[in-house]
Amino acid sequence: MDESFAFFLTIAPTLLAAVPVTLSLTFFSALIGNTLAVPVAVASLSPNPLLRYPSAFYIFVMRGTPLLAQTYLIYYGLGELFPGTWVQQSFLWPYLRDGFWYAIFAFSLNTAGYTGEILRGAIMAVPKGEIEAARAYGFSKGLIFWRVTLPRAIQICLPTMTGETILLLKATSLASLITVWEVMGTARQIQKVTFRVYEPLIAAGILYIIMVFVLTRLMMLVERRINRHRLTPA
Amino acid sequence: MDQASLFSLLSFGPDGWGQRFVEGLVVTVEVSVSAYAVSLLLGLIGASAKLSSSKIARGIADIYTTLVRALPELLLLLLIYFSGADAIKFVLSLISEDFDDFEVDPFAAAVAALGFIGGAYMTEVMRGAILSIPNGQIEAAKACGMSRFLILRRVILPQMLRYALPGMGNLWLSATKDSSLISVLGNTQDLLFMGYRASAVTKHYGFFYSVAAILFLGITVISMIIIRLLEARLNRGYR
Amino acid sequence: MLKSFMKGAVVAASVVIATAAMAKDKIRVGISPEAYPPFTSLNAKNQWEGFEIDLLAALCKQMDADCKIVSIAWDGLIPALNGKKIDMIFNSMSITDERKKVIDFSDKYYNSPAEIIGTKDAANVTVVDNPDGKGGKIANPADLKGKTIGVQTATIHADYAAKYFKDATVKVYDTADNHNADLVAGRIDYALLDSVAADDFVKANAAKGVGAKLIVPADPIFGVGAGAGLRKNDAKLKDKINAAIKAVRASGEYDTIAKKYFSFNIYGD
Repeated sequence: MDESFAFFLTIAPTLLAAVPVTLSLTFFSALIGNTLAVPVAVASLSPNPLLRYPSAFYIFVMRGTPLLAQTYLIYYGLGELFPGTWVQQSFLWPYLRDGFWYAIFAFSLNTAGYTGEILRGAIMAVPKGEIEAARAYGFSKGLIFWRVTLPRAIQICLPTMTGETILLLKATSLASLITVWEVMGTARQIQKVTFRVYEPLIAAGILYIIMVFVLTRLMMLVERRINRHRLTPA
Repeated sequence: MDQASLFSLLSFGPDGWGQRFVEGLVVTVEVSVSAYAVSLLLGLIGASAKLSSSKIARGIADIYTTLVRALPELLLLLLIYFSGADAIKFVLSLISEDFDDFEVDPFAAAVAALGFIGGAYMTEVMRGAILSIPNGQIEAAKACGMSRFLILRRVILPQMLRYALPGMGNLWLSATKDSSLISVLGNTQDLLFMGYRASAVTKHYGFFYSVAAILFLGITVISMIIIRLLEARLNRGYR
Repeated sequence: MLKSFMKGAVVAASVVIATAAMAKDKIRVGISPEAYPPFTSLNAKNQWEGFEIDLLAALCKQMDADCKIVSIAWDGLIPALNGKKIDMIFNSMSITDERKKVIDFSDKYYNSPAEIIGTKDAANVTVVDNPDGKGGKIANPADLKGKTIGVQTATIHADYAAKYFKDATVKVYDTADNHNADLVAGRIDYALLDSVAADDFVKANAAKGVGAKLIVPADPIFGVGAGAGLRKNDAKLKDKINAAIKAVRASGEYDTIAKKYFSFNIYGD
């Protein structure tokens, strides 16, 4: 046991150094993915079939295939397309060489599909009366969307989004399979080098539990802030 | 390479990967179904524990669901995959030395790991479903003199299924997608692993990963149709 | 519903009642399924092929053993060996001191130098004196400064890159196959790998600009060659496999197999 503990201490710095990678993967993917989710949700509710069907198809594909398959497809599939093209001469190439950005790309697209579907339901759940009231005040269509429908929809689906963000944090562990050495991948690398099976995984597990706990707390604060006007005095 | 020859790589002939992909599809469905069955069992046990009056049972069930929901599936899979085999071997070694050479089938280990993960989510789905059955119905059944087992069989289970089905359907879809994680273990011949093997040998990554993704999509479509039919059937008394 | 519960029970039970023990002369050999030509690869027909597969067949015939190849990911091989899921690793595993702490090795059955390959735009790599002053030579770190170089995790090549290429970005991959894919995609400038696997890859991808850049001089990190990985206390199998290696070397069978794949002396003596 003591020996195991000493081993935990020796691998702790390496694993901790990977925490920022996991967190930035989560942060960027959540930011980009949730932003993309807005047009996806709006398009899926559009009366125009040219918007509605592609959006529904997008949501269906993202939710209907494994994230790992999507990640492989984006990393290796795109890698196959670039050699010998202008892309390799472009200013973007230094980024396109790095698995990190492919991981964010894959996770963002996937998040946009899942959140888009959630947001779609939330937009439909916004009470009609509120929109009618805004219309009565003479709000324009765009203004109604940005000031009434979207904020209310976000408020409605926030608890679900908290769960989705935690799922995203956990899903970033797949980035290790396309050369991004976040916490999970670092743990696997330590496994390979030290030939220890359990300790690296357990140490990584503890880190994930802490990250999930902190993230849950943060999201609760956000929820409380967004709902602050609804708090009833105790 | 032009398209015709790409598709010839997918043929069912001696050098084509078509046959392998069909096998991979079968393995993925087998793993998903088995893991899902394990998770149903664990979910029923977990939900009973969470609703029981025993503090210890509730505590264990809470730890189980909290841990599984906080840990990445990949990490749990590797942990259970390695430890599951060791744990079984340890127990067997206590019984007899003859079991020293026991080998744990990778398929079974993967199923155990995926089932363990799914079971935690199933626990929550089933707990919610049982709680949504109006208490008055159970009291009415009691008043009619039904035994506890009869109440479970005739009142709780049939109605619980109706409430649990949407959640269970989602978990089934997750189970099929999560099963792709076992490709990381390198000794399961599942669908995504076939995609990996075929693209590694032929170097047509985009093509073969797309084939794997489309087949996964096929599983999803068929599953969704079946789930919808089941829902219609279970809700037939509520129109 | 009931049926799926039953199925669940059957599966749960099968987890416990794992597969039964093996007969005496059966050897389970662990090989990772990634394509590593010309040593090992698993083709569309689900058949293993390559130099090591042929050599393994010859050795097993010599030992009069029934060998069964078990496919296990590269990083899972040693845990699987020590966890008794397999009895032997036969997968171009280099004999190193680090690995000897956890497993045992047979005598080497081949030894080939390491090689640096690179993209069309990457310059050739030169050789300089090892800064440790013991008279050895190493690949010139100055040539790789600021470049990205791919290696496979948990290999002698990864160790070498980590030790000498401090000014380069060393990118670690799960499999050699993956860093090769990224070399073609241009995501890395160089890759350091076994020269035989490198030759095969360069030949197949010369049109895409991939080329050999340097045969890396011998170094203690590279060890003495590839051997069969064995459990520490398995002296019986170790003696058997060593005797078999000697026998196929002496009978000329080794050279016959080697000629099928290589135009040079792969044994490295």
